[in-house]
Amino acid sequence: MRRKGVNYSKYGYIFTLPFVLAFLIFSLYPILYTAVIGFTDMKGLIPKPIHILDNPFQNFKDLLFDNPSFRKSLINTALLWITNFIPQIVLALLLTAWFTNKRLNIKGQGAFKVLLYMPNIITASTIAVLFSSLFAYPMGPVNSLFQMLGWTDAPVFFLQDKTTARGIVSFIQFWMWYGNTMIVLVAGVMGINPALFESAAIDGANGFQTFFKVTLPSLRTILLYTLITSMIGGLTMFDIPQLFLAGGPDDSTLTTSMFIYGQAFKGSYMYNRAAAASMIMFVIAAVLAGLLFYLMRDRDAAKLRKAQKNINKSEKAAKAAAREV
Amino acid sequence: MEKAPRSEVVGRRISKTIIYIVCIFLAILSILPFWIMFVNATRSTPEIQSGLSLLPSTHLMTNLHVLLDKSFDPIQGFLNSFIISTSATVFTVYFSSLTAYGLVAYNWKMRQPFFTFIMCVMMVPYQASAIGFYQFMYKLHWTNSYWPLILPAIAAPAVVFFMRQYLLATLSLEIVEAARVDGSGEFSTFNRIILPLMMPAVATQAIFAFVGNWNNLFMPLILLTQKDKYTMPIMVSLLRGDIYKTEFGSIYLGLALTALPLFVVYFLLSRYIIAGVALGGVKE
Repeated sequence: MRRKGVNYSKYGYIFTLPFVLAFLIFSLYPILYTAVIGFTDMKGLIPKPIHILDNPFQNFKDLLFDNPSFRKSLINTALLWITNFIPQIVLALLLTAWFTNKRLNIKGQGAFKVLLYMPNIITASTIAVLFSSLFAYPMGPVNSLFQMLGWTDAPVFFLQDKTTARGIVSFIQFWMWYGNTMIVLVAGVMGINPALFESAAIDGANGFQTFFKVTLPSLRTILLYTLITSMIGGLTMFDIPQLFLAGGPDDSTLTTSMFIYGQAFKGSYMYNRAAAASMIMFVIAAVLAGLLFYLMRDRDAAKLRKAQKNINKSEKAAKAAAREV
Repeated sequence: MEKAPRSEVVGRRISKTIIYIVCIFLAILSILPFWIMFVNATRSTPEIQSGLSLLPSTHLMTNLHVLLDKSFDPIQGFLNSFIISTSATVFTVYFSSLTAYGLVAYNWKMRQPFFTFIMCVMMVPYQASAIGFYQFMYKLHWTNSYWPLILPAIAAPAVVFFMRQYLLATLSLEIVEAARVDGSGEFSTFNRIILPLMMPAVATQAIFAFVGNWNNLFMPLILLTQKDKYTMPIMVSLLRGDIYKTEFGSIYLGLALTALPLFVVYFLLSRYIIAGVALGGVKE
């Protein structure tokens, strides 16, 4: 007997239910709760009943206009992200161009990929503590190395100087992530239709031309994906700066995540201020992600419109031709 | 094929040499810090202070004694991290597969909106909810419990996204139909037929979920205040504390102990991990 009328669509709801429930309980409710706390005067160890401030946006105003530490954390986060992301993407693209160039045929690619990705797998907190030991003053491995090579006469106090401290944090982020970015990009290039490269080769394009005219445009979606994930990762940067120097020297490596953590959980219990800072971060992430998505969607849609126009044009031409006959 | 002109061959050889030099330099850059860590774990504090060495010394046991004397319990931390990471990984891959299957196999009204919603949720930084989450867990008396670190793993939007892309590429609905004809319920079809089919994707995502949970510092740092509940990354953060200030050998040994399991796993599974990153990257 055939049971034609069985409707399976309810299983779509049933199978996605655990995800939805877990999301509602452990993500959505806490986000809304955080948003509400941002408008209250909740502080102190023992949670009090929720009391919305007379001026609900007071916490946000205080943070944005009267809190130099918060502003500094926003600037630091942006600075650390930009200074690690630009070299990271440049080097990753360069390695991608080398590894995917069939004419160069680089040997030992597998081994290189395994080694360059390695720093990404080790606990960030381990790496942070490791680097702060490596850059120790007056006698740390890096200081010894510099003196051995004759680069410096006196030991350098890397961790006491704002610029070097920021530079090292940024370098660690770069060092941990460029291998990951490279592998993602190499995979992206592998996914491009080989016919494109063949026709470029037949047309006599050299390595540079192929890379800039064929590879990069085809990689646009994956580049945007990398950009978005890296941006969210950069906004939430926590482990490395927290354990490397705990934000010092003089707040020069204090990130927004560390600011939030510090306000709420390091003994000051300023939950309202931390929640407001979280919400500002959330809004920044949403705006930036939206902007990137807009850029991506707009171009594709534009392409679609153009293609549709061409089709219309050729249809019209065909109709006209048909009429003429 | 025509032979390339001589100058071009020479030029290519030069550029290849440069490329190999750069790659070898980067490979050394990746290994060196860890090498120094393992070497210094075997050296005494005066040795470490007297300069850099790339050869191991003989103070491993002394360092170990100093380390363990100061209430550093790597086995406890290892166990705690292992319990949390394993459970969270199982939850993540199982429920993400289930959700992705629900998205791909059934034609329901909310399917497209739900997928768009997952895409949006992927963008939310977890700090956005941390304060509310902590307050909520505090009220439930779930601080110092592992549940808040494990249960949220059920909703992992990025993994659902990955699994959906994988299913779209590999799943043929005829298998599901055939199972229905044979009288298999929808749920057992998923458990007995679809999940085994998804194993390559599950393995990849399991590795990442495990490493991600193992490395997580922010949430455990907020939620766990009892010493015997500490995870590996929290223990690492203690190594920076005052009690170890002058015991450099022990700090390096502590770091080495926390990194060692991941090194072993990584070199055993590196091929799959690299393939997994690659798979995860090609999302369009």
